[in-house]
Amino acid sequence: MILAAEEGGAQILFPIWQEILVGAIAFGLLCFVLMKFVFPMMEKTFEARVDAIEGGIERAERAQEEANQTLEEYRRKLAAAQEEAAAIRDEARADAVAAKEEILVSAREEANRVIAAGHAQIEASRQQLVRELRSEVGNLAVDLAGKIIGQRLAGDADTAATVDQFLSQIADDTAETSGAR
Amino acid sequence: MTDSAIVLAEGESHFPPGIHSFDFRDWFTGLSDTALAHMFTTITFAVWASVAILIVFFLWAYRKPQIVPTKKQWIAESAYGFIRNTVAIDQMGKKEGVKFAPYLATLFLFILIMNFWAIVPGVQVSPMSHIAFPAVLGVLSWIIYNVVGIKKHGFIGYLKLTCVPPGAPWFIYPLLIPIEFLQNLILRPVTLALRLFANMFAGHLILLVFILGGFEMLNSGNIFIQGLSVFSFAMGIAMTLFELIVILLQAYVFTLLTGMYIQGSLADEH
Repeated sequence: MILAAEEGGAQILFPIWQEILVGAIAFGLLCFVLMKFVFPMMEKTFEARVDAIEGGIERAERAQEEANQTLEEYRRKLAAAQEEAAAIRDEARADAVAAKEEILVSAREEANRVIAAGHAQIEASRQQLVRELRSEVGNLAVDLAGKIIGQRLAGDADTAATVDQFLSQIADDTAETSGAR
Repeated sequence: MTDSAIVLAEGESHFPPGIHSFDFRDWFTGLSDTALAHMFTTITFAVWASVAILIVFFLWAYRKPQIVPTKKQWIAESAYGFIRNTVAIDQMGKKEGVKFAPYLATLFLFILIMNFWAIVPGVQVSPMSHIAFPAVLGVLSWIIYNVVGIKKHGFIGYLKLTCVPPGAPWFIYPLLIPIEFLQNLILRPVTLALRLFANMFAGHLILLVFILGGFEMLNSGNIFIQGLSVFSFAMGIAMTLFELIVILLQAYVFTLLTGMYIQGSLADEH
């Protein structure tokens, strides 16, 4: 028994060659399949994953840049639009001032013209009135004088002079009255 | 004594467990006397099943890889990525690491699944408790790190790199060079294989001691001893959990050391 155990004890360190064969073939087969068909695929997948992530980051960066550019553009456009609006406003204000001036000037001119026209008309009317009055007053005076004196002083030379004097007196009065008015 | 020896030799009784516990019957008894003996046993079945499980799972999980992984794809990637990142790339850097990651990951997964049979109910023995399998892997690691080193530095350059430690005074070389030679070029595969083998061997033995011991106590006529068998089974369960840690650790250690040896061969001359 002891002898057998000792022999056996050594035995366990000596490999059975059939098992070496089985182990080598089995492990070789495993290596072949895993190292040829599986793990290289995994490396490829890892790389593809890294690419995908880095590509994603790159795409995001590009999109960010594009967004920034667009924003910048919009800001520029907005500033330009504001400037334009200010210019338009200034122009409109200037236009309004000019228009106001123009209207004032024309209104003043119109007023002056109307006033002048009024004066001229009044003057014309006065002249006409004076003319009419002069002739009418003469006639009236002659008629009156004829009626008062006619019966007794027909053909007296002093009478004509008196009438002339009377008439010029009336004319002076009229002129004074119109000048005062 | 003769009685028990005969019984043990015939494999009818299992207690106490010993080296006979690692001998498995040929499934086809007709092959026992031919060269095909040991080819079809529980052990080789576990080997083939391990390989089949890994191949089927990885081909199935990685049939249609996507940028955004599915759950099964994620599991497969994590298994590879764990060794790729923590062993290969950590030690060798990105460029060389990616080159050796597939082998190291395959090695790790193979050892892990093979070890795992140690606690699979109904099997409860790892093929790694037969020296043949760790030996194959140890020799493969030895070939790889030597070939890598010779390719990179040339034969003489590689010998110098591995056997002549930098910074040592010249008079100590006669002592140092043989030690380094033995350690780096002869013993590395041996220790790799033995460490894994011994751990799985001992793990199986410990489980057998507590579980078979429990049955042995149950079979004794003494009611007190029968009652105590509960503790034996409880220890068996506790040791199974402990074995799980050993399984993971040994698979990782073997892979890590292989990675370290390859990295050592790739290192620039001092």
